[in-house]
Amino acid sequence: MKIRALSRYLLLFGLLAGAAGCSNFEPWVKPYERDRLADPIMALDTAPVSSSYIQHVYEAREGARGGEGAAGGGCGCN
Amino acid sequence: MTLWRSIIVVTSGLLLGSGAVAGVLPEDRTDVLYHLYDGGGVAIDGPSLLVRKQIGKSMSVVGNYYVDMISSASIDVITTASPYDEERTQWSLGMDYLRGNTTMSVNYVSSVESDFDAKTYSFAVSQDMFGDLTTLTLSYALGDDLVGRSDDPTFERENDRQQYGVGITQILTRNLITTLNFTTITDEGFLNNPYRTVRYADSGVGRGFSYEAELYPNTRTSTAVGLRAKYYLPYRAALEGEYRYFTDTWDIESNTASIAYTHPMGPFTFTAKYRWHDQTGAHFYSDLFPRQQATNFRGRDKEISPLTSQTFKFLASWEFLDDPEGWGFIKRGSVNFSYSLLSVDYHDFSDVSVGALVGEEPLYQLDSDIIQIYFSFWY
Repeated sequence: MKIRALSRYLLLFGLLAGAAGCSNFEPWVKPYERDRLADPIMALDTAPVSSSYIQHVYEAREGARGGEGAAGGGCGCN
Repeated sequence: MTLWRSIIVVTSGLLLGSGAVAGVLPEDRTDVLYHLYDGGGVAIDGPSLLVRKQIGKSMSVVGNYYVDMISSASIDVITTASPYDEERTQWSLGMDYLRGNTTMSVNYVSSVESDFDAKTYSFAVSQDMFGDLTTLTLSYALGDDLVGRSDDPTFERENDRQQYGVGITQILTRNLITTLNFTTITDEGFLNNPYRTVRYADSGVGRGFSYEAELYPNTRTSTAVGLRAKYYLPYRAALEGEYRYFTDTWDIESNTASIAYTHPMGPFTFTAKYRWHDQTGAHFYSDLFPRQQATNFRGRDKEISPLTSQTFKFLASWEFLDDPEGWGFIKRGSVNFSYSLLSVDYHDFSDVSVGALVGEEPLYQLDSDIIQIYFSFWY
């Protein structure tokens, strides 16, 4: 069951990565238009050590978990 | 708290280990943090040190050392046990490897207490695609816990946990970035707290109730989906909104929402945030069971009871160094102060410490101060 679930994730990832590689995709936000997204105030996680701690606090006092945090940030700013 | 400690270790590992932005390695930095939590009779403080350093052009390693020094006289402790002091030490090591537009991350976390030992192994892969407008991240974590009791050296129980995550970060406009995260976690093993008890009505004693050990199901599967959006305002400020829906096989369902505003002023940056969380209780939760062993599973942990929490947060940062010449190899530095007020209203958890008649006790309410002071250095 767990292996099947993992396989599904990997298949999804492979399909999307493959689609990205084969397409002639024209980004609608050009690299030179991403200066605002590159501003430090727009960082999704400015201090990992701090966000990790505060999530620790919430998960110790509430019944929910997961679904938070940043999944990277594809700004391609540099 | 057995279950909660397990979750914390996994989350910490994924957060610290998957900090990579696909296509770009994370910045070299060091953070030195002091944290303090004070509320509900519990005081927890300690340091956290994080060091991240790039090795060569395609690899970055990260290490974190974290300590919780706990002094607890919480409502659970004062009603059924004696106040105690405890220390938890956690350390983690991680590595990110960049190849083209793909970043692979591995991470190991170890958390040790006198009566609890947790190890977590995690792996994540991120891929930039569609002109770097989209980042897809898949993550997996395996947790392996050993639960003990400080008053019984022969007591030893195991808990295994697997966490699957899928995240998409999407640039929508030149001012707007969004993330969507799905997380599924399965637990199997000893999930309740070996010290905690439930109370049941007992007319044979003067106060009208007695206590017995709690008993949780041995499995739990939860799913969470979170959506986040951050918008750049025209006068150089940022507005961020977040929403999360959570559900699990214990019938806990929750909604969490937050809004934050960030405003820079010269070398200073100020952030104000409001967070709201509301949840239902687990199906086996009861504040007062009608009799002893009334149900197959039973719990009276306030964390799995119906509750509403609110957080008001204020963060001030001062970037005291931003110079390519810098201080030797250090190019940037900031000092940060954060204060949060966490207020929790429990809808079905009575404050039995007041000594009222059984069934007529007031509901418990919690206010906590959370302080973080940290220095960050980039090099």
